[in-house]
Amino acid sequence: MTTDRFASGVLALFALLVIWESRALPLGTFRQPGPAYIPILLASLLLIFAIFLAAAASRAPSFSSIHWTEWRHALAILASCIFAVAAMERLGYRLTVLLVLGFLLKVVEKRGWGVTIAFALALPFGSFYLFYTLLRVPLPQGPFGL
Amino acid sequence: MSETLQNLYLGFSVALTPSVLLYAFVGCVIGTLVGVLPGVGPLAGISLLLPVSFGLDATSAIVLLAGIYYGAMYGGSTTSILMRIPGEAASVMTCIDGYAMTRKGRAGPALAIAAAGSYIAGTFSVVALMLLAPPLASFALRFGPPEYFSLLLLGLLALAYMSGASMLKSLAMAALGLLFGMIGIDPMTGFSRFSYGLVELGDGIGVVPVAVGLFGLSEILLTAGQPAAPEVTKPRLSELLPSREEWRASLWPIGRGTVLGFLIGIIPGSAHIIASFVSYAVERRVSKHPERFGQGAIEGVAGPESANNAATSGAFVPMLALGVPSGPIPAVMIAAMMVHGVSPGPLLISQQPELFWGFIASMYVGNVVLLILNLPLVGVFVNLLRVPYPFLYPGILMFCILGVYAVNGSVVDVGIMTAMGALGYGLRKFDFETAPVVLGLVLAPMMEMSFRQSLSMSSGSYSIFITRPIALVLLMVGLALLLSSIVSFVRKNEDWRQRLGFARRAREKSQLPID
Repeated sequence: MTTDRFASGVLALFALLVIWESRALPLGTFRQPGPAYIPILLASLLLIFAIFLAAAASRAPSFSSIHWTEWRHALAILASCIFAVAAMERLGYRLTVLLVLGFLLKVVEKRGWGVTIAFALALPFGSFYLFYTLLRVPLPQGPFGL
Repeated sequence: MSETLQNLYLGFSVALTPSVLLYAFVGCVIGTLVGVLPGVGPLAGISLLLPVSFGLDATSAIVLLAGIYYGAMYGGSTTSILMRIPGEAASVMTCIDGYAMTRKGRAGPALAIAAAGSYIAGTFSVVALMLLAPPLASFALRFGPPEYFSLLLLGLLALAYMSGASMLKSLAMAALGLLFGMIGIDPMTGFSRFSYGLVELGDGIGVVPVAVGLFGLSEILLTAGQPAAPEVTKPRLSELLPSREEWRASLWPIGRGTVLGFLIGIIPGSAHIIASFVSYAVERRVSKHPERFGQGAIEGVAGPESANNAATSGAFVPMLALGVPSGPIPAVMIAAMMVHGVSPGPLLISQQPELFWGFIASMYVGNVVLLILNLPLVGVFVNLLRVPYPFLYPGILMFCILGVYAVNGSVVDVGIMTAMGALGYGLRKFDFETAPVVLGLVLAPMMEMSFRQSLSMSSGSYSIFITRPIALVLLMVGLALLLSSIVSFVRKNEDWRQRLGFARRAREKSQLPID
């Protein structure tokens, strides 16, 4: 299994998914395209590209040659972002970012408590003051005005 | 010419007002910081500052964002030369000979030549922009929907052609970006497409969360877990002056880089990245001593740095004159202009001359500001890199979340950024370019509208794209690029792009130890 073969499989599946999801929309005609026409055309092109990519995939490196050494960090960062999406409008910007920074510095990067707390307090509160108070960029506030 | 000078006078009267001057300065400082910090990049930097610009008038907003763009080009060279870490992609080539010069104790001259070359290239290319944009805008008044569709299609094909070694992969990414652009309400029929009941997706996916996710967040995902920051070389101000031989050796590379960069910048694609690669290859080809390249040849710094700054100005030509983005960064700037009620395109120069000429004049001012900032303050900027990466990337992540949320006040955008970050991480692992995705997303609504309007004009006949001469020429050029790549693909030989060693290969090369 090469990297391109795997990638072309994923792209092909996505293209087929788009074509399937477009069935609910009017296709229109060749001369008067409807809302589904262009998405289906583009998904078909993507499918063709994926097939060509799969056909030429023997020249690509093997799937096992990709190194995922940073996967734990990547997963932790993505989890932090998902937490931010879920929590930001409930807990507010400052509290959410404080928790995200605390998690990344203490749990993921294994830094000391002192520097973690200092960093996790300074950045969200400092940036909130800069953007919300000075630059008037609306940011969510949570319980207790945090 | 006298009309141009009068307009320029108008421009300077706008650009030298205290508020516009302040925003040009702020944009340049932030741009330099963005260029110095690996992982942020000018695209993410502009996207993050976009919400801040909402409270400004249109001229100040565009001047601020443009300052970030060309400031990042200046700033990226600093870390390339001092630490062999490109602050942004266009500075990859500067890493090779720039760091080699640092190892030989010539960091100061490398920085000075990079700054001087950037200044000269930036200034000359602004002149060219000033001279080219108005006649191009007049020509573009002849454009109708078929011409716009053909131009946008050419833009995507050119981007795919220039993006990297595999045009097939880049075209697939362009198609993916175009599909993302289909999300939302169909402007011609009002049908909701792929929004799954989410109100926030009714207007489609915004370019900011996609850009920050694909470029900024994916970079963090790829580089998190790095060891502590590498050693930083900090030259003193007194050590900055190049020798007379170094100045002499740099003049022609700066000139060639300026012309090449500007011309490449006009072409849609990751222009500033490609410009620096092409310039390096040209300098190595014309040099009487090509064996010096990679060992600290000043030409290897002067040419690429001039080219990437000139390309920045070149990229503004289609943006301002045609309203067509030549890459992801001009696309975000067009979005910023539209938020301020400004429609970039052929009528911009005649309807809003103070904005256009004020912008041009501010670029002159910005080049001076950057020259002053980059040399004496190099020590200050470089100190940022002493911050260990385990502290740096959470800070950058925080700014990504803040900036993306602030655009629309929506956590859905943060969710899109997260998804795009994961997608970008995967795409880069599998050696796919992400720039075509962003450009496809931005161009999709324009392309679809132009396409369907063209068919309406011709009562459903596709011959409208062939019978109109400008549209036909644009389509033929696109077809030529496509055929050129197919021939190379079928013959399984390296074409000029692979031989120049684009993007990823050059980046990998710059990370090899220099003997």
